[in-house]
Amino acid sequence: MTGQPMYVNDDGYFPSNDEHERWEHRGYEMVVGLEVHVELATQTKLFSASPNRFGDEPNTNIDPVTLGLPGALPVLNRQAVELAMRLGLALNCRVQKSTFARKNYFYPDMPKAYQISQYDEPINADGWLDLPDGFRVGIERGHLEEDTGKSTHVGGPGGRIHGSDYSLIDFNRAGVPLVEIVSRPDIRHPEQAKAYVSELRAILVAVGASDAKMEEGSMRVDANVSVRKPGADFNTRCEIKNVNSVRSVGRAIEYEAKRQIALHEAGEPVVQQTRHWDENDGKTHTLRSKEDADDYRYFLEPDLVTVDPGPEWIERVRASLPPLPAARRATLAEASGEPANSDAVLLVVERDQDEYVLRAGTQGGDVALALKHVKEAPDLSTVVPASSLATLTSMELSGAVTATQAKTVVEAMIAGDHERDPEAIAAALGFEAMDTSELESMVDAAIADQPDAWEKFCAGEGKAMGALVGAVMKASKGQADGKAVTALLNQKKN
Amino acid sequence: MSDTTAGSEPAVQATQIAEGVRHGTLRAVDVLDDHLARIDAREDEIHAFNLVLAHLARERAAEVDAIVAGGGDPGILAGVPVALKDNMCTRGIPTTCSSRILGDWKPPYDATVVTRLREAGAVVIGKTNLDEFAMGSSTENSAFGPTRNPHDTTRVPGGSSGGSAAAVAAGFASVSLGSDTGGSIRQPAALCGTVGVKPTYGAVSRLGLIAFGSSLDQIGPFAHSVDDAALTLEAISGHDPGDSTSIERPPLDLRSKLQMGAAGLRVGRITDLPTGASPDVQARLDEAFDALAAAGAEIVDVAVPAFGYGLTAYYLIAPAEASSNLARFDGVRFGSRTSAPDTNQMYMATRTDGFGAEVKRRIMLGTYALSAGYQEAYYGRAQRVRRLIADDFASAYAKADVLLTPASPTVAFEIGDKSSDPLAMYLCDTYTIPSNLSGDPAMSVPFGSGDGGLPVGVQVLAPALQDHTMFRVAAELERYMQDQQQQGSGS
Repeated sequence: MTGQPMYVNDDGYFPSNDEHERWEHRGYEMVVGLEVHVELATQTKLFSASPNRFGDEPNTNIDPVTLGLPGALPVLNRQAVELAMRLGLALNCRVQKSTFARKNYFYPDMPKAYQISQYDEPINADGWLDLPDGFRVGIERGHLEEDTGKSTHVGGPGGRIHGSDYSLIDFNRAGVPLVEIVSRPDIRHPEQAKAYVSELRAILVAVGASDAKMEEGSMRVDANVSVRKPGADFNTRCEIKNVNSVRSVGRAIEYEAKRQIALHEAGEPVVQQTRHWDENDGKTHTLRSKEDADDYRYFLEPDLVTVDPGPEWIERVRASLPPLPAARRATLAEASGEPANSDAVLLVVERDQDEYVLRAGTQGGDVALALKHVKEAPDLSTVVPASSLATLTSMELSGAVTATQAKTVVEAMIAGDHERDPEAIAAALGFEAMDTSELESMVDAAIADQPDAWEKFCAGEGKAMGALVGAVMKASKGQADGKAVTALLNQKKN
Repeated sequence: MSDTTAGSEPAVQATQIAEGVRHGTLRAVDVLDDHLARIDAREDEIHAFNLVLAHLARERAAEVDAIVAGGGDPGILAGVPVALKDNMCTRGIPTTCSSRILGDWKPPYDATVVTRLREAGAVVIGKTNLDEFAMGSSTENSAFGPTRNPHDTTRVPGGSSGGSAAAVAAGFASVSLGSDTGGSIRQPAALCGTVGVKPTYGAVSRLGLIAFGSSLDQIGPFAHSVDDAALTLEAISGHDPGDSTSIERPPLDLRSKLQMGAAGLRVGRITDLPTGASPDVQARLDEAFDALAAAGAEIVDVAVPAFGYGLTAYYLIAPAEASSNLARFDGVRFGSRTSAPDTNQMYMATRTDGFGAEVKRRIMLGTYALSAGYQEAYYGRAQRVRRLIADDFASAYAKADVLLTPASPTVAFEIGDKSSDPLAMYLCDTYTIPSNLSGDPAMSVPFGSGDGGLPVGVQVLAPALQDHTMFRVAAELERYMQDQQQQGSGS
């Protein structure tokens, strides 16, 4: 980030991001860019026919290419290219002609002693991702590369290679296709970083590019963090590795920003280095400094040719993309009247239940009520037909059941009572719509019993209403609809 | 067809062997025994092979004969004894690159060329010696000792495919395969008096060839005749989905063109060719132009200004790729390992013990050429020179169908002559390197002898995918030389 100009895209969107909440500590802001590695959900590896499968016996999904045996040659997996294109298009990237390079370094789990990775010509470039609250994070690139094997260092301190007795290497992961998604340094708040990771994850799953499981390592986040006085030039950054959950992303960058602020305030330099996030002590620790960073000696991979998807393939992939989480939230927000970044909308879309809620709407139900029930009772969508949910919301809307009763009916439907028929359940529970005259007489009785409260209510003291409604509820043994009572009270007041 | 075998027994041409075996007039096992007998007689002296596969070859030859006896056709190379440069993977058979670092590693798979040879009915007779990892021009850089030139055993066979060249020249194999990164087929072919072909880059699969400079490496044949070379190349060429740089085309069609002659072809003489060819070699080249002119070709002058920069660009690009290609020899997964207290020291000890001096030199050269701060000045610039050479060739080929140059500046030199002077050794490849940089085909054809009666090769160069035109001209040169020899023996 250091020395790079602040990113402003053609729409000049960046200034509008200034309106968003900012993290600030002792007059400093954080400047964060995220590098997210995701394993693509392909059948086979990026350059060979071995299965791409997690959790198998060590060293069973291997072949000459995976092991980097002499004479082996890579052949690019077309499905990996297509999945990379899917996620690139979902992130509004330009999908372009691209090449592979060799990144040279020695490590025992890196079979060829070089990683084949896209370098100066990535397949995806210059996109963006909008967070649910509308904050836009620029995407610099999303490039294809192969994963390494996995080392287990046995003996010695801390599971590191140094000082260990011996190391075991599992090459099953070596050659698994990855896309590295590099954001612009646009993030200014730990919550934005978390939202970015969550939203990216949702997009990856939606387009079928990856299962994006941080706990299994199929999605891995590195954070580039620096701090500065707002508006000042970028300062030296540190790269934080080993951030293994959405929650850790927020904690790690907040810790790191504060560490750097303390250094700035003490007049000490921030040294450019790679740091390791320790989940247990909640701190970042030096892994290596820039001085001992490898010289990767990148050069064009001579065993592969240029990948040029061409407009036809790109458009075919674009046309096959499903609606993305943001669009689905917008649809659900529109249909329900709830804000797109409300908890209900966020949760229900994240759980993939938005389609179910909308179906309840098209089957005659009320979308807002259906949304509320599904948010609170996630099991609804798996066991209760959308039509039954639709019926329940209609009953609720007509006053046949109250909101409280509806909740009880939802529980009974999930439990499987009365063949999940809301009307039968309501009847069995004795939830009967009170007829209006019965309710009105109860309201009149409540007014008569509490003249003081009535007076205050008429004088505009909203709080007084509670006592009146409460009395009606009590008299009706909870069967009265609160909304209907309020409506009657207001009617009588006028 | 000329008898290029140095020694008393006449060699049998691959075309004749295959023809005889396919028609049941020759038995593959007898052909093999002839070759094994010659190996027994002279291999101690020549050292063409790292490994002779007598037993496996006998089994295979018997199999080929059985196919014929059963009424089947084993293929276009039926019963032809073939030697493989020991940098091509053979399943279950040690493949060493003439390096200590591979130890007793046995590849779990066959190179595509090995598979195709088998499918064509060939009999693999052994793995031949080379300069370690194909780095050298004399086969003196082998960890297993040098190969000697069958025409004069005090001299080198050239390199790096010196074992494959010597095996054909000595009649140990009817044809052999080599790999050519900067001249490693054509230069030893010239020095051993055999035909040697580097086809168009991508015409032959590199899958299973242990890489030296991946963007330059190409497999090709050594043979007693142009016809044999064409036959072998037809068997091993053609698209391989396992090599992404393999051209999506059917096998080369060469033999049907060999009788077409050179009449009407434009043969280019490079006016600005780097000097350095010795007078005896230059005289043969001049004679070749005359021969083609007499055969009806038009001799045209062309300029290839960047030709002379090829050597410099090559010694940045090839070592750069090699430094990366050879990084996998780290002692972790296969080959030899020298134990040490930690991983980094193990890498260093393994590679220090495992690689020879020339390989280390090139790894260091290449690492330096790619290093941060130097990459643009060295590797980047070399790549631009590479493009320039390709462009210059393209302009020349607008005026000429083929070009003619020496294959090697001199005839075979004495063992030890250049082994302490890497730059003198590198100059051996002055005339062959540019075709590797441009990816175009080029071949060496035996064209009489020079100083000391040693073989001289003329190099025919052609634009990419014009291998058949190159072969037409080579066949014409071969016919001329046969006529000369017949007249000589008749007088």
